[in-house]
Amino acid sequence: MSAKHRLELLRQMLRIRRFEERCAELYSAAKIRGFLHLYVGEEAVATGVIGALRPDEPIVSTYREHGHALARGVPMDAVMAEMYGRTNGCSRGRGGSMHLFDADRHFYGGNAIVGGGIPLAVGLGLADAMRGSHRVTTCFFGDGAFAEGEFHESVNLATLWQLPVLFACENNHYAMGTALARTHGQTDLALRAASYGLPAWPVDGMDVLAVEDAAHRAVEIIRAGGGPVFLELRTYRFRAHSMYDPDRYRDKAEIEEWKQRDPIDALVARMRTDGELGDGDLEAIEREVADELARAEEAAEAGPWEPVTDLTRFVYSERS
Amino acid sequence: MSTIETTYREAMRAAIRDALIRDDRVFLMGEDVGRYGGCFAVSLGLLEEFGSDRVRDTPLSESAFVGAGIGAALGGMRPIVEIMTVNFSMLALDQVVNNAATLLHMSGGQLNVPIVIRMTTGAGRQLAAQHSHSLEGWYAHIPGIRIVVPATLEDARGMLWTALADPDPVLIFEPGALYPMKGQLDESVREVDIDRAAIRRPGRDATVITYGATLGTSLAAADALAGEGIDVEVIDLRTLRPLDDATLLDSVTRTHRAVVVDEGWRTGSISAEISARITEQAFYDLDAPVERVCSAEVPMPYPKHLEDAALPQQVDVVAAVRRSIGDGG
Repeated sequence: MSAKHRLELLRQMLRIRRFEERCAELYSAAKIRGFLHLYVGEEAVATGVIGALRPDEPIVSTYREHGHALARGVPMDAVMAEMYGRTNGCSRGRGGSMHLFDADRHFYGGNAIVGGGIPLAVGLGLADAMRGSHRVTTCFFGDGAFAEGEFHESVNLATLWQLPVLFACENNHYAMGTALARTHGQTDLALRAASYGLPAWPVDGMDVLAVEDAAHRAVEIIRAGGGPVFLELRTYRFRAHSMYDPDRYRDKAEIEEWKQRDPIDALVARMRTDGELGDGDLEAIEREVADELARAEEAAEAGPWEPVTDLTRFVYSERS
Repeated sequence: MSTIETTYREAMRAAIRDALIRDDRVFLMGEDVGRYGGCFAVSLGLLEEFGSDRVRDTPLSESAFVGAGIGAALGGMRPIVEIMTVNFSMLALDQVVNNAATLLHMSGGQLNVPIVIRMTTGAGRQLAAQHSHSLEGWYAHIPGIRIVVPATLEDARGMLWTALADPDPVLIFEPGALYPMKGQLDESVREVDIDRAAIRRPGRDATVITYGATLGTSLAAADALAGEGIDVEVIDLRTLRPLDDATLLDSVTRTHRAVVVDEGWRTGSISAEISARITEQAFYDLDAPVERVCSAEVPMPYPKHLEDAALPQQVDVVAAVRRSIGDGG
């Protein structure tokens, strides 16, 4: 893997990190409202998995999806404008933080019912399989969704029909405020997924290189007609579940322990050791990201509001 | 016009077969639609004719296969998803209400969901409290989906075509009691309008508004009342969402009396909605309060005499019309 590629991974993770940190500030400033779920700490997962996909391959995501949208290439200004609820947002302002969509970029949201997006990914895979397409549909969901019937029904269906679906389970160890061990009899999720008859293995979700490597292997299997694959990406969110969450259920020491494994710090350290990070490289990326973020914020601020007269548009299709 | 003798079941099957021939994006999936031939034999023979790629037996997982239908629709296909009964569709409610109905709006107009979901509804076959309910009115509460109920052979043959051409999700509720219904059908029927209610029997003295399995009950009641010199108009709603207010109000404005007949429960129902719309928009044209004939507020019991007692019967409709016109009731 080239130094240039690692620099790209670093840039992507930093884009997500800085975007999320700024969103937290903008939430406090009441520019963003509703629920806001931040991806800080989990950046390696979106970056590594989506890096292994082609741009035309569908992605179905969750309500903690800003990172997935950015990694897929949904422009930062469209994502930020969506947070602001403006019509230049990627969902025209109708969705907000939890419902980012971009049909042109094959980004299918933005599903805020835990587990609810998983059957959609199976259906997108089914459509491709029926047409003989070799695209891989990736579905992100969390350890919480693993407890939902929709996950188990979906993984069975995808395996039965050998559909081209990558099940990317972001195991951040908490379903909102409830720890994995308090909700699952068996906490080895990859082991349980494997019982459905598809390849499944755990991955260090704090190591972007490990994630990317696993995603490449998974995608290769799927593209070769090997049916669906399940990856359990073990990760951790450094911030609370949402801006409403006082985070009373996690031990501070545990959070600090995971922060020692910060995926951005880890990649920076590795690149420095390997002599791949030149003087000023990191600062240059930070400057570019800060500029992009400032422009996104400006675009969001300047974005028009949907006129109230258009309230009931898009409930049904507009017929010509 | 040449007609053929057929049944409601055969008309539905002909409609599905037609869709599979006409459009290679169409496929049928659901529990026992293939090898078994359909729980109610609607899809009998289709697996043999079209193969297992386009007639897909699914595991018993309503949420996954309805959701997969929505995903396939997003991916450019035109899925027909069959759920055995409306009671089982409760297991897929998340996908219908939170995804099919919301994706277009939530995405700011980017994502259409051209899916058709078919299921049986209604009672009359002694199937008790988990296979007999009429929850279509409940679905009609949800913006973003379209609800249709074919009550005639023509609609059984034609509504699917129109539904498949719709860019938005359409739910077709097939009253199970109607599958064996036999009659003459115009051979040329392909697609039918699903925007308007239909006047199935014109009349001057009162308007009976109904849909689905109680259309037959209402028409029989109208015939009985005709013998007494009472001329009843019977309207078949056909589509529960969006409701065709114009046809209803036009009729009520002429007859000045309205009786709503609905196999659903009375409380919080489509019959309540229709009654409200009439009183909101035609109050001063009414000569009597709106009457309603609904199912008793009880989970459907198994024994025939109790099931009959729970369901709207011809005598109930006759009595309601009589009350409406002030004739002794």
